[in-house]
Amino acid sequence: MNFDFSDEQKQMRDEARKFLAEKCPPKAVRAVLDGNASYDKDLWKGLAEMGFLGVAIPEEFGGAGAGHLELCVIAEEMGRALAPVPFSSTVYLAAEAILLAGSAAQKKKWLPAIASGEAIGTLALFEGKGNPSPEAIKLAASGGMLNGVKKPVPDGAIADFAVVAARTGSTGRDSDISLFLVDLKAGGVEARALTNLDPSRGQAELTFRNCKAEPLGAAGEGWSVLSQVFDRAAVLMAFEQVGGADRALEMGRDYALDRIAFGRPIGSFQAVKHMLADMYVSATLARSNCYYGAWALSTNASELPEAAAAARISATQAFQHCAKNNIQVHGGMGFTWEFDCHMYYRRANATALGLGSLSYWEDQLIDRMRKRNAA
Amino acid sequence: MNFDDTPQEAAFRAEARAWIAANAPKQYEDELKKSSLGRTALKGANILEVAKVWQKKKADAGWACLHWPKEYGGRGATPIERVIWQQEEGPFGRLSGIFIIGHGMCGPTMMAFAGEEEKKKYLPPLASGEKVWCQLFSEPAGGSDVAGLRTRAERNGDDWIINGQKIWTSGAHYSDYGILLTRTDPNVAKHKGLTMFFLDMKSPGVEIKPIKQANGASDFNEVYFTDVKIPDSQRLGAVNDGWNVSLTTLMNERMSIGAGVSTGFPELFEFCNSLMLDDGPAIEDRNVRSKLAHWAVKASGLKYTSMRAISALSKGQRPGPENSIGKLVAGSMIQDVAAYALDLQGAAGALVGAEDAEATGKFQAMLLRAPGTRVEGGTDEIMRNIIAERVLGLPGDIRVDKDVPFNKIPTRGRG
Repeated sequence: MNFDFSDEQKQMRDEARKFLAEKCPPKAVRAVLDGNASYDKDLWKGLAEMGFLGVAIPEEFGGAGAGHLELCVIAEEMGRALAPVPFSSTVYLAAEAILLAGSAAQKKKWLPAIASGEAIGTLALFEGKGNPSPEAIKLAASGGMLNGVKKPVPDGAIADFAVVAARTGSTGRDSDISLFLVDLKAGGVEARALTNLDPSRGQAELTFRNCKAEPLGAAGEGWSVLSQVFDRAAVLMAFEQVGGADRALEMGRDYALDRIAFGRPIGSFQAVKHMLADMYVSATLARSNCYYGAWALSTNASELPEAAAAARISATQAFQHCAKNNIQVHGGMGFTWEFDCHMYYRRANATALGLGSLSYWEDQLIDRMRKRNAA
Repeated sequence: MNFDDTPQEAAFRAEARAWIAANAPKQYEDELKKSSLGRTALKGANILEVAKVWQKKKADAGWACLHWPKEYGGRGATPIERVIWQQEEGPFGRLSGIFIIGHGMCGPTMMAFAGEEEKKKYLPPLASGEKVWCQLFSEPAGGSDVAGLRTRAERNGDDWIINGQKIWTSGAHYSDYGILLTRTDPNVAKHKGLTMFFLDMKSPGVEIKPIKQANGASDFNEVYFTDVKIPDSQRLGAVNDGWNVSLTTLMNERMSIGAGVSTGFPELFEFCNSLMLDDGPAIEDRNVRSKLAHWAVKASGLKYTSMRAISALSKGQRPGPENSIGKLVAGSMIQDVAAYALDLQGAAGALVGAEDAEATGKFQAMLLRAPGTRVEGGTDEIMRNIIAERVLGLPGDIRVDKDVPFNKIPTRGRG
């Protein structure tokens, strides 16, 4: 049994960690958080040069042609560093949708541009409150034109193109939904940045008015493709969350070792120790669930839907738990803008929502377990 | 990343599987499968006898205590082979319950500290299950704080005379031998005046009283010692070095990685899958699903954590510290899971074995056993301390009794 990443993959993780430690220190995250930039352009360029943006994109489309396991280890480091770049929307959502459903021409057009850092992509799915569901998609597509409003769209204000989920039928079935590719710079779309819980990552509203769009994949297959994209993105996002959880745990541990109160390091008090031990437990459970998700993703196993949901739930819980208690360990200083704790707290709670909330994934997991049980 | 055996592992697995298929007591398989939680019992058979027969059979064919050296009754197998064996043994491994302490703790301690003659004499029958061993550490005044124990051992020529009381001794009532931690010098700090022995449990002056537990069962005992004589040749380690000897024992108290821990989740999922609530199937209720998902990811997290440990073994590495979370997570989870299964049945959840209360017996048994799980072999709090100190590197607690002679340590909290 070898339920672990290979030495080469671990080496790639180390490289990514080193690169991000240098190019993405907390002050780089703060620059975006404070509104000085919409994302870190230098970091984005650097990630492209390192080959990280196209790590899972085949070589014929300008990528490194490595695979999803390699993408998982990079995702973990992106989460650990709170990288303020449109990585998840471009790489987990847009690129994966094109890889799954794109025509040869579409792949040729967009994938090399993603890998080189020239194109930022996103997925425009949500239309206001609610979790992913075909019923919630009202934005209409007819005659190659899109009309409607999408929000929130991750990184929508800085994206060059979007995969858009649109309604092409009204039978009440999943086949009412089709996907489209939209060049956001070509007109017909108005983007408005939205303030959000974690300003180190952007959210936007996209308004489509007779916007020209080309189909991505077969008509009526949109929901089926989206479900697959979401499962893949759930695993990848879970790795980001585990990276963030681990870092929050380390910050708490380090502070507990250094901070003296009542004449001793606060980490010698059981109340603090036990809080940190519980953070370690949730981060460990999440990491193990993520590894299973990574295995299912990299082998395209039939277990992927269930493994993805478990990884997503476990990692969401762990990141929220570790980020929350990291502040608690830091006491009053943890509640200041100056300390970095709140950046992890914000990211933990924002990433918990972005791909569908915890309650959505809980529901999905039980559905999927029932299906397997019945099979 | 894969879950595949190496060719050597696959060959070993095939050999183990074939032997088990040909030799295991299959008439008990169904009952053993159902007995994963709470007590293992067999209807119409004495489980102790069935377990001993199975263990002897394994020993005769070279499948007992796989990781022990051959000369002491083992197989000299690698850690990963031991895990594979446990996976293949499956429900029949539950018959090994009575041997866990002997094989997991007493045997390794004997191997490290007994003389060669004693090892050759005592270890093979321990491996083969002909002799059962227990571990006599905990006392009424020394639970989590084991070094606070008071059972005295006093030198008398070539012998030691033991007086005192042990408690929470699993299986003392069917054990042939035990390892015993005693106080030999009360005038020095508590960790520095302890000495370890092994003894015949049938020695004159040993009195065993079963403890009736909160769940009505009796897995543990009190063991009283009145002028019990132990020859000095049965001392393990140096006089007053018993604490270091006991650390060897406790280090060997490893979670059995291959067998996995029970969480109660599969039982709850199955139960919710068939339970009808007033407004429809339980499994379609949002609250039920949310709870199930919460526990599902803990159960799968534990499962894949142990897969990571097995992978490390497979590569010839030591498993990382992540495995230490198993008992901590599973203990309180099983308690919560059981309470929830009863909650779903409303007032009828309190009934035992009534026809209108589904599966209450199973979940009530889990509910009533779980508090013990959270205490035995290291309380939840001790487990958290271990994670905090050994994994996260946080400082140990400040010990106010560290340099105080044992007989000057206060014995009462008030007055």
